[in-house]
Amino acid sequence: MLRFLATRLARAALTIAMVVTFAFVVLRLSGDPAQIIMGADAPPEAVDAFRSAWGLDEPIWVQYFSYFWAILQGDLGRSMRDGRDAIMLVTERIPATLALTLPALAIKICLGIPAGIYAALHRNSLADRVVMIIAVAGFTVPSFVLGLLLVLVFAVQLGWLPSGGQESWRHGILPVMTLGLGGAAVLARFTRSAMLEVLGQPYIRTASAKGVPWRAVVTGHALPNAAIPTVTIIGFMVGTLIAGAVVVESVFSWPGVGRLLVVAVANRDLAVVQCILLLVAITMVCANLIVDLLYGLLDPRLRAAPRKAA
Amino acid sequence: MMPLVRLTGLSVAFDGAPALRGIDLSVAKGEAVGLVGESGCGKSVTWLAALGLLPAKARITGSVMLDGQELIGAPAPVLERVRGGRIAMIFQDPSSSLNPVHRIGKQIMEALGLHRGMTGSNARAEAKRLLDLVGIPDAGRRLDAYPHELSGGQNQRVMIAIALAGQPELLVADEPTTALDVTIQAQILELLQSIRRQMGMALVLISHDLGVIAEACERVAVMYAGRIVEEAPVAQLFDAAAHPYTQGLIGALPPMDGPRRRLAAIPGGVPEPWAMPPGCGFAPRCQFRSAPCDAAIPGLMGLSDQHRAACIRVAPAAMPLERIPA
Ligand SMILES: Nc1ncnc2c1ncn2[C@@H]1O[C@H](COP(=O)(O)OP(=O)(O)O)[C@@H](O)[C@H]1O
Ligand code: SF4
Ligand SMILES: [Mg+2]
Repeated sequence: MLRFLATRLARAALTIAMVVTFAFVVLRLSGDPAQIIMGADAPPEAVDAFRSAWGLDEPIWVQYFSYFWAILQGDLGRSMRDGRDAIMLVTERIPATLALTLPALAIKICLGIPAGIYAALHRNSLADRVVMIIAVAGFTVPSFVLGLLLVLVFAVQLGWLPSGGQESWRHGILPVMTLGLGGAAVLARFTRSAMLEVLGQPYIRTASAKGVPWRAVVTGHALPNAAIPTVTIIGFMVGTLIAGAVVVESVFSWPGVGRLLVVAVANRDLAVVQCILLLVAITMVCANLIVDLLYGLLDPRLRAAPRKAA
Repeated sequence: MMPLVRLTGLSVAFDGAPALRGIDLSVAKGEAVGLVGESGCGKSVTWLAALGLLPAKARITGSVMLDGQELIGAPAPVLERVRGGRIAMIFQDPSSSLNPVHRIGKQIMEALGLHRGMTGSNARAEAKRLLDLVGIPDAGRRLDAYPHELSGGQNQRVMIAIALAGQPELLVADEPTTALDVTIQAQILELLQSIRRQMGMALVLISHDLGVIAEACERVAVMYAGRIVEEAPVAQLFDAAAHPYTQGLIGALPPMDGPRRRLAAIPGGVPEPWAMPPGCGFAPRCQFRSAPCDAAIPGLMGLSDQHRAACIRVAPAAMPLERIPA
């Protein structure tokens, strides 16, 4: 168990290091931050001064190692815009983002899983067809289209809800619906196919053959098996709690991490972008770790300790 | 004597294609009946239909009487008491027939709870006794094992223990040894026979291998293309097989002694349900086929008290089945 955890943690650290490196390389290759921040017609001396102030005149590998070294010491740098700590800028946006993504996650799970189970149990029925059509639509329609559609109906046509901003909880409804419905569709499709796969297994027939009532076959035998693949998707969704709302936050002018990212990228605000990417990588990796542990809990075949040898 | 189970005119169609076309078969209390035929003949479907275990799209007609109670169309609670409680069934692939996420003890105890109202330590003690009975070593500890921790043969023993948990009057074993090694096959067959003797339970042994059935059964029904084409006590079937298909199956058996030779398998294959021949189902493969074979489906004719076959070549003097008192 300890070795299992150790290898997992090592792999997680490696993943994060790779993300950090990747972010560094892409950002440095995609334009000169000094020029962008100072503006195209800033005097060259001012730009040079900015460069040396932020260490941008050092050789790229020196910048890379000093950046990496700083991260290891917990220093994520400061915003090139206003000089504030990047980590502060990012963390103060997290509650706003979670205010969208957490309720959305609840919608995904509470709507998507029951819909998928119901569709699988009533395969080819009218209800199944309806669920699948909605699910495919939710799966293929990009979230900004769905978001604009909801705005059009509920804000413009009906005038029931505001179309953007963050003044009250009512402002959150449309972005939460946009995020939640799309994810629920994905989860419904996935749950349905996982259930259908399990319901076709011989052990389901065995349970019926020993006289277990159908309800109990579904809850006691099918669901625990179908949960195993479904947990992967949910884990992935948990991994996007911090950064999964970039598009929706932009559509609804919601001041969360996603919008900060868009602005920071446009401004080449290196420290902020890198800080967000690091945070995303960490949440993803944590979600993966949790999924792995859950796997072991749900599926005895994957439990680490081999007892057979005894 | 009234049979324990009597199937009459049992027919099943999937999407309009007939998989079973009128099965008449009875099983007496304590009797061991073999059901033999190549893969795809309808052996499994026969007993899955009898227990209501086929998917909803299957159209089932005919009758399955258990001790005077009709099972076809019976309400779910009736069927749930019968399944495992009066008729138990085990399947071909034991390892995938057990739920991978539940301990085997739990899977046995579930049946004990349903059919004998046992729970807690009572159920656990009985589950251990059943594992002992089916020959699992170290039964007490094995209760906590998962199916993937056991071999295929051991898993089939667990399946048998689950089947026995409800103290059924009939065990339907559907190709119980097909997925296992030869030596394990013999052990499982031996176990089934000894349990049957101990419990006075009836057994329907389904197999594509006439040799397996000859070893464990008193009576054999030969199936082909969704019908029973011959039925007789084992010895009589081997002595005087009347149907060309049965003769072909016997011809394909390896000789008891001497070197193993290539089996004289019957050329051709079983017809698919959506392409059934109009008359005798075996006609496309039969060397004795003549025009009347295609005119109508031959019915089972009695050759003697306990021997019937469905082939127009069966002695014309034989009586149609209907006139033989069952
Ligand atoms: N669930 C099903 N849906 C459609 N066809 C089926 C189904 N189950 C069995 N069949 C068809 O019924 C026929 C008999 O199958 P089966 O009883 O499994 O044969 P076997 O004698 O090998 O046990 C086969 O042609 C098979 O394809
Ligand atoms: S009825 Fe005709 S085709 Fe069928 S088995 Fe007999 S001889 Fe062959
Ligand atoms: Mg079969």
